[in-house]
Amino acid sequence: MSDQNKELQELASKEYEHGWSTEIEAERIPKGLSEEIVRIISAKKGEPQWLLDWRLKAFAHFQKLEEPRWSKVSYPAIDLQGLYYYSAPKQEPLKESLDEVDPKLLETFDKLGIPLEEQKQLAGVAVDAVFDSVSVRTTFREKLAEAGVIFCSFSDAVREHPDLVKKYLGSVVPYTDNYYATLNSAVFSDGSFVYIPEGTRCPMELSTYFRINDQKSGQFERTLIVAEAGAYVSYLEGCTAPQRDENQLHAAVVELVVLDDAEIKYSTVQNWYPGDEEGRGGIYNFVTKRGACRGRNSKISWTQVETGSAITWKYPSCLLQGDYSIGEFYSVALTRHAQQADTGTKMIHIGRGTRSTIVSKGISAGRSQNSYRGEVKVMKGAIGARNHSQCDSLLIGDHCGAHTFPYIESQTPTAVLEHEATTSKISDDQLFYCRQRGMSEEDAVSMIVNGFCKEVFNELPMEFAVEAGKLLAVSLEGAVG
Amino acid sequence: MLSVKGLKASVGGTEILRGVDLEIRPGEVHAIMGPNGSGKSTLSQIICGRQDYDVTEGEVRFEGEDLLQLPVEERAARGIFLGFQYPIEIPGVSNTYFLRAAVNAVRAARGEEEMDAADFLRHVRAKAKLLELDLALLSRPVNVGFSGGEKKRNEILQMMILEPKLALLDETDSGLDIDALRVVAEGVNALRSAERAIVVVTHYQRLLDYIVPDYVHVLSAGRIIKTGGKELALELEERGYGWLLEEKLQA
Repeated sequence: MSDQNKELQELASKEYEHGWSTEIEAERIPKGLSEEIVRIISAKKGEPQWLLDWRLKAFAHFQKLEEPRWSKVSYPAIDLQGLYYYSAPKQEPLKESLDEVDPKLLETFDKLGIPLEEQKQLAGVAVDAVFDSVSVRTTFREKLAEAGVIFCSFSDAVREHPDLVKKYLGSVVPYTDNYYATLNSAVFSDGSFVYIPEGTRCPMELSTYFRINDQKSGQFERTLIVAEAGAYVSYLEGCTAPQRDENQLHAAVVELVVLDDAEIKYSTVQNWYPGDEEGRGGIYNFVTKRGACRGRNSKISWTQVETGSAITWKYPSCLLQGDYSIGEFYSVALTRHAQQADTGTKMIHIGRGTRSTIVSKGISAGRSQNSYRGEVKVMKGAIGARNHSQCDSLLIGDHCGAHTFPYIESQTPTAVLEHEATTSKISDDQLFYCRQRGMSEEDAVSMIVNGFCKEVFNELPMEFAVEAGKLLAVSLEGAVG
Repeated sequence: MLSVKGLKASVGGTEILRGVDLEIRPGEVHAIMGPNGSGKSTLSQIICGRQDYDVTEGEVRFEGEDLLQLPVEERAARGIFLGFQYPIEIPGVSNTYFLRAAVNAVRAARGEEEMDAADFLRHVRAKAKLLELDLALLSRPVNVGFSGGEKKRNEILQMMILEPKLALLDETDSGLDIDALRVVAEGVNALRSAERAIVVVTHYQRLLDYIVPDYVHVLSAGRIIKTGGKELALELEERGYGWLLEEKLQA
């Protein structure tokens, strides 16, 4: 290894910025997972019988399931009985005025840089902040209501819009879907709900911020977004967690439903605590995200920037049911230290003339393992379906791994499917070139990586793209070798 | 300005430079010529701080300062520029962005303020026009898909923007047709000044018709075996390097 490489490697270990925790008295229910716990959660939230029944069905199904082991990640078995399934800041936050929210909570969100106070929000991002299990405050609710847009916590939606929730909950990700989704269906504690009525373009970007604070708590949130015919919404999701020695579990479910000519743009910047250099601690992130393009000409676009979590297991997918519907997946996954990521997408072409685009950029540093796993499936009726997949991997150093597992299946002779994959390394030549022009090694690496990710960043809303670039730069400090 | 004394360097145990002495003063233009594998590129890479070589003996000073102790980017900030023989491609990073990052990095190192974006762009465009460089290349990724000639002109553009004190041009003429050669040489000549030194590393005398050197050095097997004026280049063109080697052997 050249000296240059060594320096780079040393640079790699920038500490996690959001590794602080907030001392807030939390209300927790007893540890462990049982039917009783499911009932307690439901009762705490004052849920209607139908929802409790749904949870119980999920729990009963969960008993029959085994943890899946097909992904390219390894970790000790998760002790589900050792976790708390409900943890809320003790003072039940009132949502009418900020004055009533625990100032420590507000401080937390300030530290995270979330503009919770409305006066700071002239830029126009409505935020639903989820702290451990409970949604703390949804900003801009009134303004959205004027446009007919519903944006609220999942619990509020169950109370205020039960018919909508009942109609769509589990309609894209059924409670039988997979181990983690089933677990989530049984014990989910909160999340976000968005409904965009027919012909409405949501007047602002919607944003949710998740933070896991409490020790040993799992976070199981559900997001449900419905875009009626001709509607449009751009939804942003950000995540952080404090630094803990133990692994915390995050198993979320996101369901999107898009009708005729409607579009949902869903962007995620995930920066959960990744664990330390030795792989201690960090979030286990097992997430099921899926969208159904039910309508003709409907569109779902997933954009994700994943830099955190000890383990990422996540495949935001599109069911392209409507004729001429479009699915997109743009992903940047950066792993370092001992992080493991197994992420990608599924594009299931069902309707005629459906199109999908996959752009995946994996960056591996340290001793991390980064896998792209994608499935493109074209069903019989999907005449003239098209997919273009591009999977690029960038290696930093000699001890990391990049893997690509594309599954392609077509039952339609008229489908056109393309797959391109590249693997490259940041070369000593590139670094020398940049440094000879005066840039520091860190700046050079950051610039090269940002260049590598450009196609994905271009898909992010502007402020998010800047954030994502900075996040990558921070995550990469000292990551090179 | 640049003082190289008794420089010996090897790579993987093979000695490439076997004692090089070179003095360069402000305002001078030097040409370093020599057969393939004589160590020409190695010399310029070591001056710029490439780590792939082990410097076993000797010293390199720039304005009195021990250059060998400085990291690559600090040498660049002192005003040393290397025009690459094979310019490197950087996918996804626009040429203008790269240039601006370079200029601002060098300015920051010198304690100067960042250059205004609009002024910068005007400046770059003007220089690019001078080099007859297609302006579309400014927004394309650095060197990606550039022709050989475009890459070399792009190197000269970077040099004109960075305005170094010492420019080392490593085989800038290779791969250039006669028109491109003239344009590149004009760019280099435009930078000639009493404060600036230029070192041209080349195989051929051709480039020296346009960039007329004050000194010509012949590097062979890791040593400078002859130094002369511009007429030495013409003599080499006519007679090759063989006679010099024999002369050296007899000496």
